[in-house]
Amino acid sequence: MSTSVAAPPSKSASPLRTPRKKHTPGKPKRSLLLTGLMALMVLYTVAPLIWLVINSTKTQAGLGASNGLWFAHDFALWDNIRTTFTYHDGIFVRWLLNTLLYVVLGAGGATFLAVLGGYALAKFDFPGKRAIFAVVIGAVAVPATALAVPTFLMFSKMGLTDTPWAVIIPSLVSPFGLYLMWVFAAEAIPTELLEAARMDGANEVRTFFQVALPLLAPGIVTVLLFTTVATWNNYFLPLIMLKDPDWYPLTLGLSAWNSQAETIGGDVIFNLVITGSLITIIPLIAAFLFLQKYWQSGLAAGSVKE
Amino acid sequence: MTTLQPPAAAEPRPAPPPAKRDRRSWTGWGFIGPFVAVFALVFLAPIAYSIYLSLYRNQLIGGNHFVGLDNYTQALKDDQFWQAVGRVGLFLAIQVPIMLGIALLVALALDSGRLYGKSFFRITIFLPYAVPAVVATLMWGFMYGTKYGLVGDINEAFGTSLPDLLSPDWVLASIGNIVTWEFVGYNMLIFYSALRVIPTSLYEAAEIDGAGQWRIISSIKLPAIRGAIVIATIFSIIGSFQLFNEPSILRPLARNAITTDYTPNFYTYSLSFNGQQHNYSATVAIIMGVLTMIVAYAVQLRGMRKGA
Repeated sequence: MSTSVAAPPSKSASPLRTPRKKHTPGKPKRSLLLTGLMALMVLYTVAPLIWLVINSTKTQAGLGASNGLWFAHDFALWDNIRTTFTYHDGIFVRWLLNTLLYVVLGAGGATFLAVLGGYALAKFDFPGKRAIFAVVIGAVAVPATALAVPTFLMFSKMGLTDTPWAVIIPSLVSPFGLYLMWVFAAEAIPTELLEAARMDGANEVRTFFQVALPLLAPGIVTVLLFTTVATWNNYFLPLIMLKDPDWYPLTLGLSAWNSQAETIGGDVIFNLVITGSLITIIPLIAAFLFLQKYWQSGLAAGSVKE
Repeated sequence: MTTLQPPAAAEPRPAPPPAKRDRRSWTGWGFIGPFVAVFALVFLAPIAYSIYLSLYRNQLIGGNHFVGLDNYTQALKDDQFWQAVGRVGLFLAIQVPIMLGIALLVALALDSGRLYGKSFFRITIFLPYAVPAVVATLMWGFMYGTKYGLVGDINEAFGTSLPDLLSPDWVLASIGNIVTWEFVGYNMLIFYSALRVIPTSLYEAAEIDGAGQWRIISSIKLPAIRGAIVIATIFSIIGSFQLFNEPSILRPLARNAITTDYTPNFYTYSLSFNGQQHNYSATVAIIMGVLTMIVAYAVQLRGMRKGA
């Protein structure tokens, strides 16, 4: 983006390193009214999630017969979970494992490439650096889905469609991750430290792994979390790349179960769609909650340069 | 402003030792090379390939042959395409300001220090970002239903007659609500992170000058996070133009309301995977990409020029 944005005109030390305790001088009075308004916002946010939890306890029959906002007579959550995992020879487990595979290789790989690249942009001067930066930032503006059809045709010529690679390879590039790692590396790694390591005779690879990498930890967690979300939640890419349900990730599987009700003679399993949805979102929500400290500090660093 | 350089100007670290450059001019490539290679494969090659595709046409008689810009002239006269563009344009004009407005208000409220339980609010409102579009759409889709859904329950309980949110008149607004729900928290976090790095000294100075809270917001906070607002706007515009997941997943519940050419992206998808018109589909995708970039660029120019 352009130059005028960044931050307020403080010529002093980086505000990052001297975090403010309070945002307004003096002690602002807490406001019940404002807190109440925010509580409404929270209600809007959690309402669908509460709906999901409540309705995952119902049988298919109970779903239609009971009020959406309260429990039905029978409590079928455990039954639903068991059926979700065993339905159709346990295809849901297969989808879960596929998703894990795509996340480990796709998001893990994307994070690794972004860390390496961000480190290079922040700490090295090399020919073509400006061009790389311009092209990558420009690419962010290209609608990813506009690339989907040509990527599909290319991959199908290469014989990659309907294999896990068709989902993994495009997931390996995260321009946002590269950007964040670049900003973060510039901030977190003192150049003198690298110089010192080189003086001591460490080669570039060793310097990177032993000196730079530990300093980048919060940034890495942040990028890993966001690429994980992108891969775990990806729908469009697998939708066009995969025909074989055996390679579906969870998102595609759930959507297939949902449309199953439409097909003639199809088994109506909205209770499994709902329970499966609940199982799908729990790991990511848990990850965001438990890793709060890391990704929030990682993001804060990224925003400095915005 | 040592550490605060914005990307475009951010090339070298401030005053790099001149010797560095010669010594490891190519070392950096060892680190960025892998990224660039994959990037070229999944970004640059498809762009080049779709430009190639858009210049050809595959016909029963004559096979694959060069047609110049014929596909483009066809697309520019394609009513289906322009209707879809109009739909996402309307969506963008209404949904994006609402979503970003709410996100901004929440961020300012969090930053004001006047809330009880600030961190609880921050993390909770952000959570929907972790929910896949598929699940978000399914949840809301079930809730929208007049028969078994929440809307039906409310109608039954209170004797009201809330409209069918999945009917042609309402479905765009219903999709807007889903998208807003998914991304309010994410945008809030962008704004909030930007607000947090404003130095306190500015507030102190403002207070000495007798500025009130609203004045501080309008004269200090908003100008300081202008960059974040512009970026969030651009990302939201790109997102709106790409709208696909929500309408496509909602379609089984709203057959009448959501057609397979509902958004430009849905249209390219249907052209390609149901109609086998790959060349024409690539053309439509390119036009949409160019349109997106023009709008995003215009917003950036406008956003940067205003004030400050």
